[in-house]
Amino acid sequence: MDNFDEATQNELRTFIDREQAQARIAQSIHTMTSRCWDKCVTGTPSTRFSRGEESCLANCVDRFLDTSLYLVKQLEAQRHSL
Amino acid sequence: MDFLKSATSSSAPPPDVAARKEAIMASVRSELALANAQELVNTMNNKCFDKCVTKPSTSLSSSEETCLSRCLERYMEAFNIVSRAYTARVSKERALEGQL
Repeated sequence: MDNFDEATQNELRTFIDREQAQARIAQSIHTMTSRCWDKCVTGTPSTRFSRGEESCLANCVDRFLDTSLYLVKQLEAQRHSL
Repeated sequence: MDFLKSATSSSAPPPDVAARKEAIMASVRSELALANAQELVNTMNNKCFDKCVTKPSTSLSSSEETCLSRCLERYMEAFNIVSRAYTARVSKERALEGQL
């Protein structure tokens, strides 16, 4: 980063921030694929996914995110009732 | 898998500022792409070994190899399905946020 003018430094900072955000998303997708694979793909892998496996994988992502939102809401509710 | 193709190293930074900036960006991109590809290969290796090689013998049998190549394809497919579902959800949540 040395010997760069301020504009270039700012541009690089914005670039790094954006790449880091993207890397975090990519990491979540890796973790989620691993988790949903374990839940949805139970048999020996065949030449294609069954309909059930395919929809399980897609639903798995949405339900995991729902779970996380739901738990946060529950915790907040509990905190308010104290 | 795009990031498998783009996971190549970049050359040394040239003296010119704009070119040096571009070189830094390219090397950040390629390092991230490499890390991404490595992560996928690692988890795939674990998942497919667990699924296909249940009782390790002196060499991989042909049925184990068949299982492994199917598993590889299915894991990539699962990654794409999850990726699509996740991206769709993120943009849906963003749109909801925008309405508030």
